[in-house]
Amino acid sequence: MNMPFYVAPEQVMKDRADYARKGIARGRSLIAFRFDEGIAICAENTSSTLRKVSEIYDRIAFAGVGKYNEFDQLRIAGVRHADLKGYSFSREDVDARSLANQYAQSLGQVFTHEMKPMEVEILVAEIGEDESGAGDQLFHILYDGTVMDEDMSVVLGGETDTISGRLGAFDTPPALADGIRQAVSALAGEDRTLTAADLEVAVLQRGIGRRAFRRLGDDELAAALTP
Amino acid sequence: MNLPLFRPHDDPGPSFAELLRRSGFEEAVTVNGSVPVGDYRHGTTCVAVRYADGVLLAGDRRATSGNLISHRTLEKVFPADRHSGVAIAGAAGPAIEMVRLFQLQLEHYEKVEGGPLSLEGKANQLSQMIRSNLPAAMQGMAVVPIFAGFDLGRGDGRLFEYDVTGGRYEETQHASTGSGSLHAGTVVKLGYRDGMDAGSVTDLALDALFEAADEDSATGGPDPIRGIYPVVAVITADGYTRLDDDELADRTQALLERRRAQ
Repeated sequence: MNMPFYVAPEQVMKDRADYARKGIARGRSLIAFRFDEGIAICAENTSSTLRKVSEIYDRIAFAGVGKYNEFDQLRIAGVRHADLKGYSFSREDVDARSLANQYAQSLGQVFTHEMKPMEVEILVAEIGEDESGAGDQLFHILYDGTVMDEDMSVVLGGETDTISGRLGAFDTPPALADGIRQAVSALAGEDRTLTAADLEVAVLQRGIGRRAFRRLGDDELAAALTP
Repeated sequence: MNLPLFRPHDDPGPSFAELLRRSGFEEAVTVNGSVPVGDYRHGTTCVAVRYADGVLLAGDRRATSGNLISHRTLEKVFPADRHSGVAIAGAAGPAIEMVRLFQLQLEHYEKVEGGPLSLEGKANQLSQMIRSNLPAAMQGMAVVPIFAGFDLGRGDGRLFEYDVTGGRYEETQHASTGSGSLHAGTVVKLGYRDGMDAGSVTDLALDALFEAADEDSATGGPDPIRGIYPVVAVITADGYTRLDDDELADRTQALLERRRAQ
């Protein structure tokens, strides 16, 4: 019987984390921020059909960066989790915190027990009922199951430090168009200009009915990008 | 409740009913033996009419258990999604549960697939749900809905009638269901004209339900004392809109005055 080679657990985890980070860094980043009427998610995405930002439930949205098939699998699982929970209890019992914990459990499980970690970083956002935005939540979940809750804005993807630096901090939630311009210029940097066709922007907006998720069309986006 | 992740070979796809089954939720209750009619609630008359901007759905508010009025404010007209609605008649319990599952199915499909079903696809989904209720229908717990919606592809309102076996029949002008449907249907048939506007089609539907309530004990008439009026909804290119009670109160008042003058 062959004895397996001994590899220190620290080394295994480090290798997996490096692998996942490399995979995530290959894709484009995205920014989510609170604006005066809800939460906006702004992704650099040249595809008009494969989406990074989607609706999970009435007031909950999902966004992912990294490997498309992996975060899409998580997105669908999230929709299923939310719909089942809403069906067996009530719509108001579906919340982002519980969903974020479920995602963290799954990602953590895959990270430590499977051959290959998932090369994704995901975001679960929920808007509260309160006009002031007091109930808004942004959960940032990493490939290894680490969950962070963010206050005003969050950057997902490979170059988070650079982009966060360019984005700066929002003191108060901006108007939607102002926020989008700031986020897009942070995503683009100084050398590039991003147009509506390079972007995918969706919002969770208060006051538009039960389903608060709404995608911005190219026209609306182009109008927001021109000050 | 764990995150429902499935292997590719047993993935339920965009079907919510299949997801419920795979997740171990109980199937709908099947009835063994017959259920005495007085032991459960029945919802009655609904009408649907096509008009210039789309379709209108209307339903009375009465639920009966045998010879008793069990509920005066039952709603029988529901939004199915943004551009469609469903009106139900028959056993209230299974009917309302069917509507709830139908609404979830349409929304679930839209979210998983990233786009809504076609109107025809929605009509077929409802057909399958009615068919799966057939064992209960054989025991008397029949659910017979009308499905109406605005077909964004065609730019036109469409409506579908069903029978208890899930048979689906598209109507071009109007449809009615429930115990008062014979009377309500006749009123609509006589008053219908091509390209009616929203106001006249609402009056026609209120008139139809009024006449049905006059002839059928299981259909409730308007109740100005308690402020109970039929539920009326219109579905146009802008989506599903339920008319508010103030407008219905005014139109009912006008209807009553017309009747008094006759």
